[in-house]
Formats: sequence, structure tokens, C-alpha cells
Amino acid sequence: MEQVTLNVMDNRPIARSVWQMTLMGPCSAVKEPGQFVDIKLEGFILRRPFAVCDWNTMGMTIIYKVVGKGTDKMTELLPGCQLDCLIGLGNGFDTAPSGEAPLLIGGGVGTPPIYALAKKLVSEGKKPQVILGFKNIQDVFYENEFRELGCEVTVTTSDGSYGIKGHVNDVFPEYYTYYYTCGSMSLMKTVHETAKTEGQLSLEERMGCGFGACMGCSVKTHSGYKRVCKDGPVLTSSEVIFD
Amino acid sequence: MGTKVTLCGIELDNPVIPASGTFGYGYEFAELYDINCLGSFSFKGTTKEPRFGNPTPRIAETPSGMINSVGLQNPGVEKVISEELPKLKKVFYKPVMANVSGFSVDEYVYTCSLLDKEEQVGWLEVNISCPNVHGGGMSFGTDPKAAGEVTRAVKSVCRKPVIIKLTPNVTDIVSIAKACEESGADGISLINTLLGMRIDLNSGRPVIAMNTGGLSGPAVFPVALRMVYEVSRAVKIPVVGMGGVFSAEDVIEMMMAGATAVEVGTANLIQPYASRDIISSLPAVMERYGITDLAEIVGIAH
Ligand SMILES: Cc1cc2nc3c(=O)[nH]c(=O)nc-3n(C[C@H](O)[C@H](O)[C@H](O)COP(=O)(O)OP(=O)(O)OC[C@H]3O[C@@H](n4cnc5c(N)ncnc54)[C@H](O)[C@@H]3O)c2cc1C
Ligand SMILES: Cc1cc2nc3c(=O)[nH]c(=O)nc-3n(C[C@H](O)[C@H](O)[C@H](O)COP(=O)(O)O)c2cc1C
Ligand code: FES
Repeated sequence: MEQVTLNVMDNRPIARSVWQMTLMGPCSAVKEPGQFVDIKLEGFILRRPFAVCDWNTMGMTIIYKVVGKGTDKMTELLPGCQLDCLIGLGNGFDTAPSGEAPLLIGGGVGTPPIYALAKKLVSEGKKPQVILGFKNIQDVFYENEFRELGCEVTVTTSDGSYGIKGHVNDVFPEYYTYYYTCGSMSLMKTVHETAKTEGQLSLEERMGCGFGACMGCSVKTHSGYKRVCKDGPVLTSSEVIFD
Repeated sequence: MGTKVTLCGIELDNPVIPASGTFGYGYEFAELYDINCLGSFSFKGTTKEPRFGNPTPRIAETPSGMINSVGLQNPGVEKVISEELPKLKKVFYKPVMANVSGFSVDEYVYTCSLLDKEEQVGWLEVNISCPNVHGGGMSFGTDPKAAGEVTRAVKSVCRKPVIIKLTPNVTDIVSIAKACEESGADGISLINTLLGMRIDLNSGRPVIAMNTGGLSGPAVFPVALRMVYEVSRAVKIPVVGMGGVFSAEDVIEMMMAGATAVEVGTANLIQPYASRDIISSLPAVMERYGITDLAEIVGIAH
């Protein structure tokens, strides 16, 4: 973990209530896709956690959905704003077990860390197949960005307004070597039940600190309790207890 | 600049002590800075048996504060002694404050007597905010008799100073503090968290899985300050003040109200360097207010 000041370079809506923010500043503490940044917002006590969507040593991109007062406030941040951030948080995705054709499934705003992961897998010479699940055409984002990485992409919407009508588990390919997913717990449970392989999932919990000190985010797993912020957010499918 | 203070016979380089539950067993912070700059720190509340704690969500935000319902998650006293303390020894060489919780007098006695024997432990900080399973679930800390009983029992098995940590969720905190003093407590620390709640507007349900939790952070500072003031005027034993301390100014205010040392909790969670930064800014802030020795300002507001 590192505490850094990042400058807002760009902040714009990319889908219904979904914004993309580009931040510049020292980001070499970010090590793996699936890690997150914890942002201090003026007027709020607790930091807000967001998955890193893309990064290099000079900056990062996050994608956030407006769901409350904090994320609403974030839409007002203009280029030039400085943000106090904790970066390089959490245990990210491990690409070692992926095989040559891993399946990547993003649900709604669970998609951002999947993008960072796809980029890494492609750089390792693997061929990720991507499924993105949204509710409606207005919610869809990043389909082209994944294509530009060279990934095969299938989009589903639950009302059929775009892509294939249905849910992510309706469009699983015949062959894949491993899976990675981030989305709502119910989406990830469906993925887990449909999948023929092991995989990794990125969890979400309300956080006090974000770096392992308060036990605010502990969940029970098949291998003991885990702090989502430090031992997670990425856990393996054999660890997660689905209720 | 004099920042040294003496707490129950043990000298501290400065009065700043990270509060229990906000500093783990120290390592997360030892990775960030040399935690030997601290006066001491109070480690995570330890119980006789291992505890997973409460279901999530355990955390909610409030105006200028936070609510937690961690539920005393800890590995149990035996593991704390066999695993956590040896690891801690590598990163912290000063006496540490052992924070203890229990659900019966016997549990407090068992846990305290084991920790008392540990060389690294300087003080026992006995958190009496927990429900008494043999007393209808009412917290030990809300009844002067039960508070006195725990104090006496723990004192009888400990050689090290015993500091009783009080809950603010009472009508008359002074009567509880006095009962502890009369039963042999070496010090009082306060305040633990204030009971509070939030409701999620989307679901219409409480945010916290257990419905309610403990409020901490700047929102509670004036309440904590008032209680430190009242208690320190009423007892002769030292008082450790805490609740919403976020700056060197807050430390000085707590000391003026009557605190011999000051714990910093929530601030560590939001600004991981908070305790270190408070300590490093103390001399400049003391100078601004013409203070040359912190030990001299304790209780000057009385
Ligand atoms: C590891 C991790 C990665 C995340 N990545 C993303 C991402 O890439 N894009 C995205 O849009 N969202 C992401 N989230 C969810 C995001 O943190 C919340 O939507 C955001 O904190 C809501 O803040 P608010 O002030 O608008 O909402 P409010 O409801 O007003 O917030 C009140 C409090 O609850 C917390 N909170 C509310 N909802 C959530 C939630 N779903 N998860 C955790 N804490 C919550 C807030 O942080 C705050 O402390 C992530 C969460 C975690 C834990
Ligand atoms: C996440 C969290 C966990 C806590 N756990 C404990 C605990 O185990 N034992 C204890 O005595 N107090 C515990 N507390 C209370 C704090 O030590 C402190 O008394 C309180 O938070 C007020 O100080 P603050 O406003 O500076 O945080 C906890 C507080 C928080 C926020
Ligand atoms: S949020 Fe504090 S330990 Fe995870």
C-alpha cells in the first residue's frame, strides 16, 4: 500500500450513471489487476474503494457508478482536482492458473477489474473470452475497449435491448480453461454454479480502513476468515462460501 | 519540548496510543512507518476463545464518524500469546497495552491472568462494554456493581497495572468510574463507542447486519471530552482519554480536560499515518499554545 496524491485528468459519463475517471500521479504501487484504490473525498469520513480498471506507473483509470452521496460528489470533480488516495490495496487476480483460454465475466460495474485482467492476460499471450452482463442497452460500456485488446466479447442484457437477451451464464462458450468474475454476489454465484472449471471471484464489502486493520470486512470462507480488503478482494472459487 | 508522561508508573515518550481495534496487532502499520514512535498502543480486544465476530455489513458511515459492529473478532488469547506477540516483538520494543474482553467474570480473569505474565505487556486495558451472559446480557460497564466485581477479580490475578475501559452508554459515568477505583483499578480509559445506527434508503433496512453498532470518530469528540473531564475530576487514578481524536490539538484538549494519555482510534483507519503525524506535530502545536511540558497541562481545565 502507498498513500499518494493523484490529479484528476478527465472525468466523464460513459453509460447511464456510470463515469470514467482518469487520474495521474505515481502508481507504481499498483501491482496486479483486481487491486483497488481507496479515495478520500472532501466532506466524507470513510474512503471510497474502486477497482483499478487500467494503470501504468504514471496513472490509472477507474470506472464508478453513481449510487450515493459520495459517488455523486465524484461527478463534480474537475480536471486539476487533487485526491488523497491509498493505492495498491488488496490481493488481485492471479493469472498463473488461467490456461490458454480463460473465461472472463463482468457484471455491470464489476467490469472494471476484468478489463485490467484481460489486458494482463493478453500481454501474457493468452486468449481471454469475455462475457459482459448488463440490464439494459443504456448500461453497456467497454465492449469496444475489450475488442481492441483482441478479446472475443459477448454482451448480454437482461431485457434484450442490446446483445443477447439473457444472463451471462446463458452464453458460456464450449471450451475455456479457467474463469475470472466480478459482479454482484448473485451473478458470481450463477457463474460458479455454471462453470465447469475452478475460478477466481472479486468480492465487495463495506470497509472501515481498506488495508487490513479494522476487521470491518471479514467474511467466512472454506479456508478460515478472510479480510476482503487485504486477503481479498479476489478469492478462489474453492474458498468462497455462497449462501 | 517535554512530551513524556507517566501512566501508572510506566513512562511514555509521548501520550499518543493507538486505540484497540483500530491498530490490529501493529503489523499493518509497521509496514508503513516505525511504530516505535508511539507512546504505546492498545492491541485488538482479546477474548478467552477465538471469535469470528458479527456478520457483515459491519461498517457504516455517519456525518463526521463511523459505526462498527466487528463483534470482537480475534484469534483467542492462546493464539495471541503464541503467534501475535512474538511477531509484534519484532516491530515494537515498548510495553504494549493488552486490551481484554469477556462475557463472564471468569473469562476476564482467565484472559487477563495469561496476558499479565507476558513480558511485552505493560498494562491491561479491560473493556467492560461487553454483555454479561450471566447477568441477563446487560453490559458489565453499565452497572457499578458489575464493573466493580470485574475490576476486583482481575486485580486479584494481575501484577501489572489494570486500566478499566468504560462505555459511554450510561446515565452516570462517574459512578461507574468510582466503583472501579474503589475496587482497585489503577486507571480508567474512556470512551468506548456510542451506540448508533443507520438505515439504507434503498432497502429501508439497517445498514449494519446487527442493526446497531458503535459510533466513533470526530462526531463523538465533545461527548468524550466531557466524560473525561467529569471522570478525571472525580477519581484520583489516571485517566486515558479517547473518542474522535484526530489532531495534536485534540490531544492537548483531552489532556487539559484531565487525560494523562490519549488514545487515537478511527483516525488510524482513515489516515494510516495519523498517529505518527499527530506525534510529529505535537511540539509545534505545544509551542503555539506556550506549552513546554505536556505533563503539566493534565486537568488544567478543572
Ligand atoms: C474492493 C471494491 C471495489 C469496488 N470497485 C468498484 C468499481 O470499480 N466501480 C464502482 O462503481 N463501484 C465499486 N465498488 C463499490 C463502491 O465502493 C461503492 O459504490 C461506493 O463506495 C459508494 O459510495 P457512495 O458514497 O456513493 O454511497 P453511499 O451509500 O452513500 O455510501 C455510504 C458508505 O457505504 C459504503 N458503500 C456503499 N455501497 C458500497 C458497496 N457496494 N461496496 C462497498 N462499500 C459501499 C461507502 O463506501 C460509504 O462508506 C467497489 C467496492 C469495493 C469494496
Ligand atoms: C473498528 C473498531 C473496532 C474496535 N474494537 C475495539 C475493541 O476490540 N476493544 C475496545 O476496547 N475498543 C474497541 N473499539 C473502540 C475504540 O478503541 C475507541 O474506544 C473508540 O473508537 C473511540 O475512539 P475514536 O473515536 O478515536 O475511534 C473499536 C473501534 C473501532 C472503530
Ligand atoms: S476494511 Fe478494515 S480490515 Fe478490511
